Amino acid sequence: MTALLSVQNLTLHRGSRRILDDVSFDVPKGGTLALVGESGAGKSTIAVALMGLLTRAEASVEGKAILEDTGDLFTLRPRAWTRIRGRRLAMIFQDAGAALDPCYTVGGQIVSTLRRNLGLSRKAARARAVELLESVGIPDAAARLGAYPHELSGGMQQRVMIAIALSGNPALLFADEPTSALDVTIQAQIMRLILDEVRAHGSSCIFVLHDLALASQSCDEVVVLYAGQVMEAGDAKTLLSDPRHPYTALLKSCVLEIGTAELTPPEGSVPSYDAMPAGCRFATRCPNALPRCAGEKPPLVPRDGRNVACWNPVGVPKAEAA
Amino acid sequence: MFRFIAGKVFQTLFVLFLVSVASFTLLKLAPGDPIEIALGNEYSEEAHQDMLAELGLDRPVVEQYVTWLADFVRGDWGTSYTARADIFTYAFVEALPVTLTLAVFALGLAILIGVPLGVLSAVKKDTLWDAGSAAFALTGTAFPSFFLGIVLIWVFGVKFAMFPVMGFVAPWEDFWGGLYHMVLPAFTLSTYFMAMIVRLTRANLVEALESPYIAAARARGEPGWRVVWVHGVRNILMPLVTIIGLQLGVLLQGAVLTETVFSLPGAGQMITNAVLNREYGIVQAGIMMTATLFVLVNLAVDLAYPILDPRLRPSR
Repeated sequence: MTALLSVQNLTLHRGSRRILDDVSFDVPKGGTLALVGESGAGKSTIAVALMGLLTRAEASVEGKAILEDTGDLFTLRPRAWTRIRGRRLAMIFQDAGAALDPCYTVGGQIVSTLRRNLGLSRKAARARAVELLESVGIPDAAARLGAYPHELSGGMQQRVMIAIALSGNPALLFADEPTSALDVTIQAQIMRLILDEVRAHGSSCIFVLHDLALASQSCDEVVVLYAGQVMEAGDAKTLLSDPRHPYTALLKSCVLEIGTAELTPPEGSVPSYDAMPAGCRFATRCPNALPRCAGEKPPLVPRDGRNVACWNPVGVPKAEAA
Repeated sequence: MFRFIAGKVFQTLFVLFLVSVASFTLLKLAPGDPIEIALGNEYSEEAHQDMLAELGLDRPVVEQYVTWLADFVRGDWGTSYTARADIFTYAFVEALPVTLTLAVFALGLAILIGVPLGVLSAVKKDTLWDAGSAAFALTGTAFPSFFLGIVLIWVFGVKFAMFPVMGFVAPWEDFWGGLYHMVLPAFTLSTYFMAMIVRLTRANLVEALESPYIAAARARGEPGWRVVWVHGVRNILMPLVTIIGLQLGVLLQGAVLTETVFSLPGAGQMITNAVLNREYGIVQAGIMMTATLFVLVNLAVDLAYPILDPRLRPSR
């Protein structure tokens, strides 16, 4: 599969803090990829940076993000970004209730998006808006156009967000924790809906998730992040069933399965960005840490069918690892 | 919706009743004898009694209040003791429109300049633009209006002779003439307000621009100006309108000084003179007009809330 988007050595500073450290991954065309990690790992920041939604004052970006037919996203001027967003790139936000403007009706927000991005007439945009709302499973869609966001339930709000995001037929969709603000009963429905819609539109999708199990069930590929560094990346099933990186193994152990006696919470917490080790940032909590880990950053190298950045991987004999 | 409006109107009427009682009572308690002022130092006991009866001051206070209120509502506001002029004509027909014109122009100027400056400041946060507009706002707040008025008169009225420095031309008779005469007084009165609006707009907009719906609007490809004005500013109208409504009293206070500096025959000057002369009728008329205006503006603000924020509309 050719890559739709190739992120190369993405590094991002906020002041003196290195929020993202040399992040690289490819998004396959028509495929789904999940960025997985704890909160603060930088997964949302990656999505926001790739959407061009960081302000200059907020952060400085190094590296490249090559989008097919467009080139390096980080060299785009503001006007070019405006043309790409909503048409080639789109985003679904964590809290749809907060991401829809409370002052405008649902219909108004979809119709204006359709008119701007697809150049439709008011009438055509209205008709298309009804179709879109129906396709994401909103009953009585024509009547809902006049509703304000606060008049809809959380699940309905997220469906509206999905309809808006897909209205411009984007090549790449970002879904930033699309279900974590929803009731558990709705979560699976919304996840299913996004996957179906993405497939129907032939789009690629980058999910931002904190749940490794959900990520490996839903996505083709997984990138495991810790404190702004890529720990392990590759095929979703492989990573979950047979992790090589101690951090992936730790995340896996946090998933509570039926029959498991007790959940053992991991020790320690993510170090502050002001006091990061120079090498592997997971070194301070890693059960497999070697003396060299904190000082020397392991490169992301192919091993057993995935990429892993570790001096002392799990399930590899000592002699081979060294 | 009807219940909401009716409730607000009822509240307003109740506040107006309290205001009328208060303004009536306060002036009854005020020291100084209006009859002495009207008749001079030497007068006969008979003339005193006649004057008391003529003015109804010999009646019980409650009756005086009811009579006064009934007359007031009918537009019979009595006669000025000293000027021997009809107070309704003097206060409502002549003085009030001058003050209203001044206030409307000042408010308009404050909004037209203050909001865009505040938006600029918020969008260009922590840049020279922001610092410049903060400096402007600080100067505007710190400068006393009587001093600014005098400076403006000297610079634009005397030195460059660009604008008239006194007198009032009704804009509904001669719009451009009225506007021309209002430039300096309206600017003088508006600076404090303008500064407040700049800071208010900036503070609220900076916060609003960090909201998820702003990121979402940008994410679906809306151009920057649209994101700021259509989504950002639309969402801060509520605090903006609230504060502007509440601060209108300050604007009316400022009108007194501005009218004095620019010799405008408005309600502010009228009330000042009436207090100095202990003219009950005029002071009462002034208080009632000002208070009514203030209360009506607040009613308008209350009624505007559901228009400004759909979440406050009664559910269908």
